[in-house]
Amino acid sequence: MNIKELYQEIILEHGKNPRNLRKTDNFNKDATGKNPLCGDNVHIYLKLDENKKVEDASFEGSGCAISMASASIMTDLIKGKEEPEVKEIVHDFLGMIKENPELKSKNLEENEKTKLMCLSGVKQYPMRVKCATLSWHTLISAIDNTQEEINTEKLD
Amino acid sequence: MKISNIKKEFPIFNNRIHNNDLVYLDSANSSQKPQSVIDRVNEFYTNEFSNTGRSVHYLAVAATNLYENTRSSVKRYINAKDKNEIVFTKGATEAINLVANTFSQKYLEEGDEIILTELEHHSNYVPWHFLRKSKGIKINFAEINNDGEITLESIEKEITPKTKLIAITHLSNVTGAVLPIKEITELAHSKGIKVLVDGCQGAPHLKLDMQDLNCDFYAISCHKMYGPTGLGILYAKKKWLEELPPYQGGGGMIKDVKKDNISYGDLPNKYEAGTMATAQVIAFDQSIKFLEKVGIENIISHEQELIEYGQEILRKNNSVQLIGNPKNRAAVLSFTIGGVHPHDIATILDEDGVAIRAGHHCCQILHDKLGIAASARASLGIYNKKDDLDQLNHSINNCKKIFDL
Repeated sequence: MNIKELYQEIILEHGKNPRNLRKTDNFNKDATGKNPLCGDNVHIYLKLDENKKVEDASFEGSGCAISMASASIMTDLIKGKEEPEVKEIVHDFLGMIKENPELKSKNLEENEKTKLMCLSGVKQYPMRVKCATLSWHTLISAIDNTQEEINTEKLD
Repeated sequence: MKISNIKKEFPIFNNRIHNNDLVYLDSANSSQKPQSVIDRVNEFYTNEFSNTGRSVHYLAVAATNLYENTRSSVKRYINAKDKNEIVFTKGATEAINLVANTFSQKYLEEGDEIILTELEHHSNYVPWHFLRKSKGIKINFAEINNDGEITLESIEKEITPKTKLIAITHLSNVTGAVLPIKEITELAHSKGIKVLVDGCQGAPHLKLDMQDLNCDFYAISCHKMYGPTGLGILYAKKKWLEELPPYQGGGGMIKDVKKDNISYGDLPNKYEAGTMATAQVIAFDQSIKFLEKVGIENIISHEQELIEYGQEILRKNNSVQLIGNPKNRAAVLSFTIGGVHPHDIATILDEDGVAIRAGHHCCQILHDKLGIAASARASLGIYNKKDDLDQLNHSINNCKKIFDL
């Protein structure tokens, strides 16, 4: 495995210039997550309209290039999608990072799949999987409004 | 044993990591093991195994003698006054917990104060925090200066009439600062304050002389001293081990057990309840002998040359920021690279076979103070050479290239 497969251009670019790294005005859902082993933390903000469509998504936090890029790509990608679609995409993404060779979601365009597959390099680096998945778990927590901080050490 | 040839004694270096030679710069986390230590574990289990101290048969007597031989070797290596001042534990963490627990039972009351420093590893903070919760003791933190050092003055500032104990590291696992333990102990004792030293980083790299340091307690992690895991040592002045209550109760630590009363065994048994890490203790004798064969003076001068070289090349490397600038630094070089998170640095270096640590190194208080969430740390062992540091620098440059710095 070449290190460049992990640190692909798109990841480096998103890591350096994360999209949506801010706090959404008038957000109506949010959740925090952290990785206690490395100190990474993320706060996800969502603004859903009356039809439960994501009007805006943003995040605050600090972390490595993988976790910042993952949060950046994720928040970009879920805008305009409806809540059930978002949940299905998260499920698909986590499945892909865990075991599936590819993304299956019908709610994702081909170019969106290509972008997300850039994060699949972490599969070869078990210690770094949590960096890629932290913001996704936190997104689910925000949608479900669990009011519980996501802790990567307590996830499967 | 020549230090220039020492790498050969460590079989781990025969391995290739991602098709590269292993450049092991994570000895502050845990050191690699020489063949003699590995062989000793194997030999003990193969030909000599028995539990210690309980039976009168041949193997039990022989194993007990071997176990006690290590105690004598440790006593010699750290220049303790008495071999019964050496207590084996499951690690330095347990050694510190043992003192926190027993010392507080006898000598600490609500409102009493202890002094830690901002450099402390969590293992020399959490056990005291337990006492803050359970007994209402107060913890004061001596502050670091701009160079990442703890001075005598910074300790002195925190001393009040209520201070009962100073618990302090010998060598910072982040800034590499060596603390003036002897002076701190002198000051503390002049005010009736006791001193515990977290020697996890100090023990593998510095000359240990308990009678000269004169501290009351000194905790050692054997796996950082080229020894087996699962083993630590508490050195404590005999007076304390005699006066303090036992820590854990169980077999081996008793004198007499009746339905209505129990009396405890003499030292060192009083603090070694249950079956101990026998094989590890016996193998650790080989670690001590290995260190003695190389000679601590040679180790110090070798590692000093390396640390100076490492500082020099990393200072010249743009965008590498060394953490701390202690005048007396040993074995540890922590750094950050602007624009690259330490975990990304560590993953990229690993691809070249360079093993470092990234994170807060169990020192969140210090990282908060420095205003960073994490750092990268290269730490030295007896087997490192200048070319390891050259490779570190080269791989850092690769990392910068990937991140377009």
